[in-house]
Amino acid sequence: MRTKKITTIGILIALALILSYVESQIPAFVAIPGMKLGLTNIVVLTTLYILDVKSAMLINVIRIIIVAILFGSAMSFAFSFVGGMLSTIVMILLKKSGRMKIIGVSAAGGITHNIGQILTAMVLLGTKAIAWYLPVLWISGIFSGVIIGIIGGLVTARLGKLDQI
Amino acid sequence: MKEKLVGKNDIIMIGVLVLCGAIIALALLLTRHEGSQVVVSVDGKEIASFPLDKDITYEIDGYEGGHNTLIIKDGLAYMSDASCPDHLCMGMGKISKNGQSIICLPNRVVVEIRDAGGKAPEYDVVG
Repeated sequence: MRTKKITTIGILIALALILSYVESQIPAFVAIPGMKLGLTNIVVLTTLYILDVKSAMLINVIRIIIVAILFGSAMSFAFSFVGGMLSTIVMILLKKSGRMKIIGVSAAGGITHNIGQILTAMVLLGTKAIAWYLPVLWISGIFSGVIIGIIGGLVTARLGKLDQI
Repeated sequence: MKEKLVGKNDIIMIGVLVLCGAIIALALLLTRHEGSQVVVSVDGKEIASFPLDKDITYEIDGYEGGHNTLIIKDGLAYMSDASCPDHLCMGMGKISKNGQSIICLPNRVVVEIRDAGGKAPEYDVVG
């Protein structure tokens, strides 16, 4: 790994942590667990486009572990791990297929993130009652995914230029 | 040189996904009806159940010393107090329909509405 790449990944992880913190300070606009903007996904998405699959995965895993240690619990770790892994894998596969642009990739990631969290909650709490939230989280996942996709696309376009210096 | 943010495939996929979401929502809305039992579980285990038509106040002892206050009044169940910092469960509003629930993740408390048989409704969406 080249020094420049290591440095870049380090900066991206720091950025993801800050965004996690910022997001935890925004009160949930609707009282539904798991309904989030997913600001940190901007970092994972951007990494996927400006670096590569391995770096995106690495940043995602390290971010989830550090966030759980800093602000979370074993429970929240399980949620974000399943949700984060699922959405990152789906985003990687969609991007590799080459048929989707960044907004489609991000929207699919948003949905799978929410579904992963709901499934984890159903398993951990041993209740099916949470399935009730599925439609809301499904739709909100699409919308936040599209928003994150637009931001990620703009960031990617600008960072692409940075690389040429 | 500038990469486009969105293509035809993206719009088709998002359209299909929104449609799927709407169908799931519709299916859940059409199958919902008033429930009659309020079932309280902590950490996956049922600890209490009450009829929805009787007004009570119940202190729930949640996971690791957390507590929530459940109130049933005029056929509606809601959380009036919680020890957790985010108070999400208190913001979830009043529930009365079969299958609706109030969930407090930090205390692992689930309050669920069920019908007379005490059975939770089955959802096929998770298959």
